[in-house]
Amino acid sequence: MASGSSEVVEQEQERVMLRDRPEWSDVTPVPQDDGPCPVVPIKYSEEFAEVMDYFRAVFLADERSPRALSLTAEAIHFNAGNYTVWHFRRLLLESLKIDLHDELEFVQRIAADNSKNYQIWHHRRWVAEKLGPDARNAELQFTKKVLSVDAKHYHAWSHRQWVLQALGGWEDELDYCSELLEQDIFNNSAWNQRHFVITKSPLLGGLEAMRESEVLYTIKAINAYPENESSWRYLRGLYKDETTSWANDPQVSSICLKILSAKSNYFALSTLLDLICHGYQPNQDIRDAIEALKIPDLDTQDLDIARTICSILEKVDPIRVNYWTWRKSRLPHVA
Amino acid sequence: MGELATDKHVKYILSVEKRKDDFESVVMEHLRMNGAYWGLTALDLMGKLDAVDVDEVVSWVMSCQHDSGGFGGNVGHDPHILYTLSAVQVLALFDKMDLIDSDKVTNIVGLQNEDGSFSGDMWGEVDTRFSYIAICCLSILHRLDRISVEKAVKYIISCKNMDGGFGCTPGGESHSGQIFCCVGALALTGSLDLVDKDLLGWWLCERQVKSGGLNGRPEKLPDVCYSWWVLSSLIMIDRVHWISKEKLTKFILDCQDKEKGGISDRPDDAVDVFHTYFGVAGLSLLEYPGLKPIDPAYALPVDVVNRIFFKK
Ligand SMILES: [Zn+2]
Repeated sequence: MASGSSEVVEQEQERVMLRDRPEWSDVTPVPQDDGPCPVVPIKYSEEFAEVMDYFRAVFLADERSPRALSLTAEAIHFNAGNYTVWHFRRLLLESLKIDLHDELEFVQRIAADNSKNYQIWHHRRWVAEKLGPDARNAELQFTKKVLSVDAKHYHAWSHRQWVLQALGGWEDELDYCSELLEQDIFNNSAWNQRHFVITKSPLLGGLEAMRESEVLYTIKAINAYPENESSWRYLRGLYKDETTSWANDPQVSSICLKILSAKSNYFALSTLLDLICHGYQPNQDIRDAIEALKIPDLDTQDLDIARTICSILEKVDPIRVNYWTWRKSRLPHVA
Repeated sequence: MGELATDKHVKYILSVEKRKDDFESVVMEHLRMNGAYWGLTALDLMGKLDAVDVDEVVSWVMSCQHDSGGFGGNVGHDPHILYTLSAVQVLALFDKMDLIDSDKVTNIVGLQNEDGSFSGDMWGEVDTRFSYIAICCLSILHRLDRISVEKAVKYIISCKNMDGGFGCTPGGESHSGQIFCCVGALALTGSLDLVDKDLLGWWLCERQVKSGGLNGRPEKLPDVCYSWWVLSSLIMIDRVHWISKEKLTKFILDCQDKEKGGISDRPDDAVDVFHTYFGVAGLSLLEYPGLKPIDPAYALPVDVVNRIFFKK
């Protein structure tokens, strides 16, 4: 990619205006028509304006030629967000029967500077779809490269999920998730991908088969960083549709206890509250831990442990005080 | 706490509409239709829509329409449903819905796939954003009967995650922008009973960070545009009282450029029309004094929505 982008820079330095290139001498450029009463008159940079003027000419003439294809590349270099240019480029790639492996390289060069652009990803997927399983490794590598720069890149993850489902390549995906989580345990995208892999990979046997080892993995992660919203949510997700086994799994209540014995923790408290709401009966150790976290407050005398947890959360999380008050109001009344 | 510098923001939006020379306007050229919707809706919310020349804007919008019925991002650009919805919304703002050939637009917007999802164009890109766009547009045009609402809803629900949120496709990470699209589409089709409101509400209110701003995903920075996506979703599922409205209001007001007008993504960043719209729209949802109320699902002022549905 490094050589690819320097190529582009060189190209730009030596750039000759289209009107001075012999191969374009037969084309009359078509300037932007803003309609009878332009709302927003725009003055383009001269080079970009010229490229777009020639683009309009070939687009209107529906010229399916190699020079039109390279013109779309120039237009995309100037502005990768123009939907019409990409659309026309796909028509050209089809009519000219271009080897689409080259197109993957082109997209990679453009994506180096514009990876948040929807058009690029849409185009990339179109190319990969046409190439089929042939494109699998290239696509996994490509997304990996983008994710190595921005590990939460939404388009890259979305593309990668499509590649796995459409073209395969699940073998190393769980390890890849672990690798990214090792780099940043707070990366919610990597946790989401992990959930995606254990629920959808044809190689792993599904959520139920993976639960035991995943619970251990997640509890380790929570232990290391108890303030991590993502790992707590992931833990809950491992018991999809199995609320009872979640509420009764001693591993879940134990991690809450362990975290809370050391220090007050928002997620441990809210998990504990959820557990109790689903029938878990807190033991004496948990009661003691909560008692120790009680904030001295003469106004409230909570009747039970669930109410005490809500009161603590109201105090430690004032921005969401209404949520915790609501949770408290929904608790069943003690007899 | 500072106040909303309404006059400055109006001036800023009008100046962007007229601006000629800078790079931002060049890059914006292909999505000027979206820009027009953002700028004009913000003006309307601030009660200053009369500051623009209606005929000029409307004739420009109509000149972006293709024979197929779809609208392009600008004159001479290919149609896409992203721009078509913006065009329909702009025409609705000006009460010019009679200029639209609803059946033609319906043919373009209602590109529904077998699984109930929607594609943005003939190339078939699928995303729950397109489900929202199609459903919102068809609802405004009174043409929801032209698609299978049941299938559309089923597809959206298949994008629901364990945290209660929604992604762009099944298995995609929950993201506030996608959640707005999914919850909005479900609201417009009367299907909100399929949302786990308490679970989603908790995920959404977790998006509020100490500064009062909202982020789009865990561990991301707060951003003014999320005040719209998170807040409108919370309102649609009736859980907005779970966040601190005062703190969010303060965060948005802190993102204003009080001298030149405009609102940025975060305090002290450069302003743009996109965030100016989302800031004003967010404040409108927060019932900030002096702003017209905005409808959280249609993303149009409530009086415009009422005009479409009750004074036909
Ligand atoms: Zn933003």
